[in-house]
Amino acid sequence: MTMFEAILLTIITASTPLLIGAIGQLVCERSGVLNLGMEGMMIMGAACGFAAAILSGNSYVGVLAAILAGMAMSLIFAVLTLGLAANQVASGLALSIFGLGLSGVIGAPFVGAKRDQMAKLYLPGLTDIPVIGKALFGQDPFVYASFALVIGVWWFLARSKPGLVLRACGENHASAHALGYPVLKIRLLAILFGGGCAGLAGAYLSLVYTPFWSPGMTAGRGWIALAIVVFASWRPWRVLAGAYLFGGITILQLHAQGAGVKVPSQFMAALPYLVTILALVIIMRRRGGQKTAPASLGTPFVPDR
Amino acid sequence: MLATGTFHMGTLHAEVEANTVCTSSRPSPPMLSAPPLIEARAIVKRFGALLANDHVDLSVAECEVHALLGENGAGKSTLVKILYGLLQPTEGTLLWQGAPFSLHNPAEARQRGIGMVFQHFSLFDALTVAENVALALNGDEPVTRVAARLAEVSRAYGLPLEPGREVWRLSVGERQRIEIVRCLMQDPRLLILDEPTSVLTPQECEGLFATLERVKAEGCSVLYISHKLEEVRHICERATILRHGKVVGSCDPRQESAASLAEMMVGSKVAPARHDRLVMAGEVRLAVGGLSLRSPDPHGTSLRDIGFEVRAGEVFGIAGVAGNGQDELFAALSGEMLAETAGTIRIDGVATGQLGINARRLMGGAFVPEERLGHATAPSFRLSDNALASGHATNGFVRRGMIDRAATRAWVDRIVKAFDVRKGPRDPEAKALSGGNLQKFIVGREILRNPRLLIVSQPTWGVDAGAASLIRQALIDLSRSGAAVLVISQDLDELFEIADRMAVIFHGRISAPLDTEGLRREAVGLLMGGGGFSANIVDQAA
Ligand SMILES: Nc1ncnc2c1ncn2[C@@H]1O[C@H](COP(=O)(O)OP(=O)(O)O)[C@@H](O)[C@H]1O
Ligand SMILES: [Mg+2]
Repeated sequence: MTMFEAILLTIITASTPLLIGAIGQLVCERSGVLNLGMEGMMIMGAACGFAAAILSGNSYVGVLAAILAGMAMSLIFAVLTLGLAANQVASGLALSIFGLGLSGVIGAPFVGAKRDQMAKLYLPGLTDIPVIGKALFGQDPFVYASFALVIGVWWFLARSKPGLVLRACGENHASAHALGYPVLKIRLLAILFGGGCAGLAGAYLSLVYTPFWSPGMTAGRGWIALAIVVFASWRPWRVLAGAYLFGGITILQLHAQGAGVKVPSQFMAALPYLVTILALVIIMRRRGGQKTAPASLGTPFVPDR
Repeated sequence: MLATGTFHMGTLHAEVEANTVCTSSRPSPPMLSAPPLIEARAIVKRFGALLANDHVDLSVAECEVHALLGENGAGKSTLVKILYGLLQPTEGTLLWQGAPFSLHNPAEARQRGIGMVFQHFSLFDALTVAENVALALNGDEPVTRVAARLAEVSRAYGLPLEPGREVWRLSVGERQRIEIVRCLMQDPRLLILDEPTSVLTPQECEGLFATLERVKAEGCSVLYISHKLEEVRHICERATILRHGKVVGSCDPRQESAASLAEMMVGSKVAPARHDRLVMAGEVRLAVGGLSLRSPDPHGTSLRDIGFEVRAGEVFGIAGVAGNGQDELFAALSGEMLAETAGTIRIDGVATGQLGINARRLMGGAFVPEERLGHATAPSFRLSDNALASGHATNGFVRRGMIDRAATRAWVDRIVKAFDVRKGPRDPEAKALSGGNLQKFIVGREILRNPRLLIVSQPTWGVDAGAASLIRQALIDLSRSGAAVLVISQDLDELFEIADRMAVIFHGRISAPLDTEGLRREAVGLLMGGGGFSANIVDQAA
């Protein structure tokens, strides 16, 4: 395996959980809900997914458990913010803290346990193509799922009527309500989708990336995924670009450090964040400050009866 | 008192006349007295303790243009939301062509052929015209097909719309067109319009009336809410009048005068503002010249080379359709936004363009912004704190850094007394007051300081007739006592009532001033739509 190939493969591995988490959050935010509980949902997915995989001996059971755990967490958020119209920022932050704590409890019996990575695709001939073979045809199911999610979400939002309705709820919930759309129900579904994706992203970390459980193992990836949605100005394809930009720079700076580049390692570690902020600023400037966020994002909706 | 002689109390059922007037393309039932298209019987709607509709009866015949009249808060919007399935009535029944039915949501209403144009638009700014239309149609028709059908319908009705444009780029008139066209696309039997003309220029209103004529000729009934009584007399065949949630009468508006209709709505005579002719205007108090300002809001309107003068003793009006730079002009004049050069705004000859609002207040300026809650007042502050907020620099409320509570309270009492502000406790939060009473408080707060210059935006927007009349009179009286008064208003009737001179703002530019005396509304309406504006600018340049 060449150096280039190795770098390419690690970039994909680093970017995939960000991509899965961010695309789910994008759908949630396009419906007008800001769920800052990403980190908590993701790590709950990692803990529950790993626990279920160990207990059942089947990684796919683990994946399912992770998705359900993420959705259960997001359901708590939905009850608070939709049912009780609580503040979304405060509820989301609470959810993150709660998830970090609870995942530690759930994962405690499994610290030190180890599982094999989930099997990767192997297509004789295709996977053996030099340089790109492994990157394109030799990945684990998560990678393909992440791309399918981007395409699916893009199609859903841009082309389908339910997607249009979801966007409408995020733009102006009062108008959507006036036209007879069940704003809260639509938002509930969007929140659950976001939670399921966060759980799936967490499962990737504990079942493929590491693959073991350690407390706090998401290491801020949930927050990065949230930032990527903003950076992508709420567009699916830009989420893909953002996740890979961030994942790519994370890996490249590691390799640069390994190669002994004479730059303080702290600066290198900060590089992905700097580049992301820079890209964000440039994009904002290019659009002349035009608002790109869904107009109702973060505002609670209480229908009158 | 009420002139009830010509009114029929309650509801008139089954108007036979409708069948003869109507040139329906749909065959009318061969019965002599067809049941009304839609009928509401004894509708009650409660919001908590508030009774918004109190046993309301209403019937709209086939092909009838029916007006629903009433002051702000009378319950008109609530009633039509019930007819559109958006609200569920607490009590009462609905009948469709004589048969009881119920509506659980707007989709069911649309299914029956009920379309609605909302008072505050129900559009999505960031979405395209076609997407906005698709959202209001039942079914899964893809947006591309909606766009094609939309182009067709809008051409057929002479209501041009570009399907691919985003709504935030459109004028208010175009936005309303979207709402109308999307109703027309579902073959409506009943079209409900909630205060459609309050945001339109006179020319755009004419266009709307022509569309309604056509819709009616095609066999559709119209339920029309407005408190512009002249237009109701012009286009409606029947009217139902609501007051405090109750039906207080029904009549043929063509047989009434605007004054008699107003009397029914309000329940007492409404005096027009008493207006002594302006004897002579004094020296120039406010001089604006060459004022250009970029709007910080990407959806806002930048000001371009604004120039006019307001003299002591006069009321000067600035007319214009919403969103033509009024907000920016107010911000520049009040000092919320600073001009690029100080000399573009002068108060009593002193260059003030770069001074803040307090400096301008100290020079005798007073400012009343358009938005009552959130701009003119902090909603959850008490009235006394709100009085302090605008008067801390000028009214001596602060002594050695400490607030003089007794002084602010006494000041509130004075305003309340002078301006008849009705409220419960002595010093309630601003948001607890009704719109009209809060506006009286805000205008009173500024006028009682005896300003030399008062700048007020939309002084009576959404305020009931009684409060509006009091506020307008106060503005005139202030000017006659020697102050210069600048009124920015989208209500042309208001400006014709109180202004001595007026100018029109359009796309951030301002027209030459016009004397109200002998001025024709059509001339102003033309300017409000931008007509003749470039000629005007050429005139100014020459
Ligand atoms: N959702 C609601 N909750 C509580 N009160 C409401 C609600 N909607 C309207 N109201 C009140 O009901 C009354 C009638 O309002 P509305 O029907 O909008 O009047 P109109 O359209 O005639 O101006 C007002 O006092 C208003 O404050
Ligand atoms: Mg209303």
